[in-house]
Amino acid sequence: MAVRDYIRERFFPHLWCPGCGHGTIMGAMIRAIENLGMRKNNIVIVSGIGCSSRICGYLDFHTLHTIHGRALAFATGVKLSRPELTVIAPMGDGDAFAIGGNHLIHAARRNIDITAIIMNNNIYGMTGGQSSPSTGYGDFATTAPYGNIDRPFDVVKLAIGAGASFVARTTTFHVTSMIKIIEKAIKHKGFSVVDVLSQCPTYYGRKNKFSSAVEMLKYYRAHTTPIGSKDKENNPELIERGIFVDEQLPEYCEEYEKIMQTASQGG
Amino acid sequence: MKKNVLFLQGNEACVEAALYAGLDFFAGYPITPSTEVAELLSYRLPRKGGKFIQMEDELSSMCAIIGASLTGKKSMTATSGPGFSLMQEALGFAVMTETPCVILNVQRGGPSTGLPTSGSQGDVMQARWGTHGEHAIITLTASNNQDVFAMTVEAFNLAETFRSPVILLLDEVVAHTRERLIMPEQGEIRVVERLKTSVPEGTDYHPYLPREDGRLPMSDFGGIHRYNVTGLAHDMWGFPSTNPEAVYELMRHLVDKIQGHTHQIAMTKEFYIDDAEILLISYGSSARTALHVVEDRRQRGEKLGLLELQTLWPFPDGIVKKRCSGVACVIVVEMNMGQILHEVKRVSDNPGNVFLANKIDGSFIAPADILNILRIIQGKGA
Repeated sequence: MAVRDYIRERFFPHLWCPGCGHGTIMGAMIRAIENLGMRKNNIVIVSGIGCSSRICGYLDFHTLHTIHGRALAFATGVKLSRPELTVIAPMGDGDAFAIGGNHLIHAARRNIDITAIIMNNNIYGMTGGQSSPSTGYGDFATTAPYGNIDRPFDVVKLAIGAGASFVARTTTFHVTSMIKIIEKAIKHKGFSVVDVLSQCPTYYGRKNKFSSAVEMLKYYRAHTTPIGSKDKENNPELIERGIFVDEQLPEYCEEYEKIMQTASQGG
Repeated sequence: MKKNVLFLQGNEACVEAALYAGLDFFAGYPITPSTEVAELLSYRLPRKGGKFIQMEDELSSMCAIIGASLTGKKSMTATSGPGFSLMQEALGFAVMTETPCVILNVQRGGPSTGLPTSGSQGDVMQARWGTHGEHAIITLTASNNQDVFAMTVEAFNLAETFRSPVILLLDEVVAHTRERLIMPEQGEIRVVERLKTSVPEGTDYHPYLPREDGRLPMSDFGGIHRYNVTGLAHDMWGFPSTNPEAVYELMRHLVDKIQGHTHQIAMTKEFYIDDAEILLISYGSSARTALHVVEDRRQRGEKLGLLELQTLWPFPDGIVKKRCSGVACVIVVEMNMGQILHEVKRVSDNPGNVFLANKIDGSFIAPADILNILRIIQGKGA
């Protein structure tokens, strides 16, 4: 099918700003799903609140646009109730790491088969550019007018520490590898976290001296490197991208299936 | 046929009833005095192929049951005051998205951590207005195990009938009192199943287009119809809308579907009411003391009666108004500072004759607490 066959065109134009990276992520998600040959009726998208979460309206799957930070909690209800469905939770960085941080680590701990795609633009866009848990130290935001003194989460380390069985990072510049990574994350049996660095030229860019979306994409090209590259050895400041963890661990719904078998035998 | 008689706690009676009503999915978080519900369901649900999950907090528990309910499962959570406070935002999401679910709140003393192991009826108004924004809600309560069973089944029935979250507002005394439950046979109490759409696959299904009777047939989320569910104001397709006409229709529908069916939802019990000169109005564990006082005074020839409320929201205006007329005075008996008292005063033709007998210190309402007020009203001195 063509990309447009996965989109609810009558709800366009979308509300993302010109130059926003979120449309690129949506395109990559659609291409990954197309490549996997999945049926639209088998896919559930659960989002929270923010610019990222509006992806729900645009995608022609089962879409659940919930409340701020709780996408994974709703997704857990859907997945445990209907384990045969593929559940994908696109979230913003505020959604996933601030208000919803607890749900992220517990979904990882349970290893429930949900794919969390973090549309990480280092800012609260919908509310007008406030600092988020992934806004860098010294960065500017509308609530950090003198520079941000909070230290940002290292999202990959956070997910690994919480026990996620698939952890990856990519950017909106590296679209081809993003598609492959999302494919693998969806196929992975267990909780997957894909951190996608996504440009917000309107707020993060403007506050932090990026002249355009293109400048921000060039920044992703120049400041990221594949995991374990030589460049990283020479320049430890580079952000690594690729798949950090991909291991098979007992999945929550499968474990629950065993509980039901034990219980029904009167155990 | 020999009846199945059980001896158990109110919380256990609630579990038996939830399973009787067809509960398939429970998500919860431990909190006194409701924890037994989660403990029992973690044992019982997997035996019948149902799902139990202990979530990381009450917010996520409420969210998980909404997700599960959308896929077609009868879902509930159980909590107490602090957890109920945490659930309020997601409860509003269930109101807005018209997702059937049952929330058990076993009331304990508050505010804050308050009195975790003591009874209270302090959450009556929170049940009504806890989540933000204009809305209607259904709230049921019960005073003994047999009624806990009946009201729990009814909570599921009303949730499905009106596509609404239903709050089951018990109190610690009822939840932890061990007494008899005569287990109803299958079919003895009506169980309402979900109204599902007959729209076939490939034909447009409008998740938020009410039928003429106001009901909205559902399609299992993840099934044959792909649609959008959002907490934003939305149109009949479930898509965000700021169109004043669409928003007005939605708001009217959300409120009218419940307020307009108060006669169908309102449940009360009446004791010695026809010739009563002094009417007690009570609910939950307080109603047990009130009934004791009524029966005791009847033996002395005093004409007391009791109206026990089982539906708190929508408030049974009509029944209360009717029963308040023609009596010399009304005493509202409750374990708070008058949350239902003000509702009774609102609907009574003679609000000056409505008095409060209450307890707010964590101890159970004793007959003397009601009799002391009665003596003052009767001019017998304190």
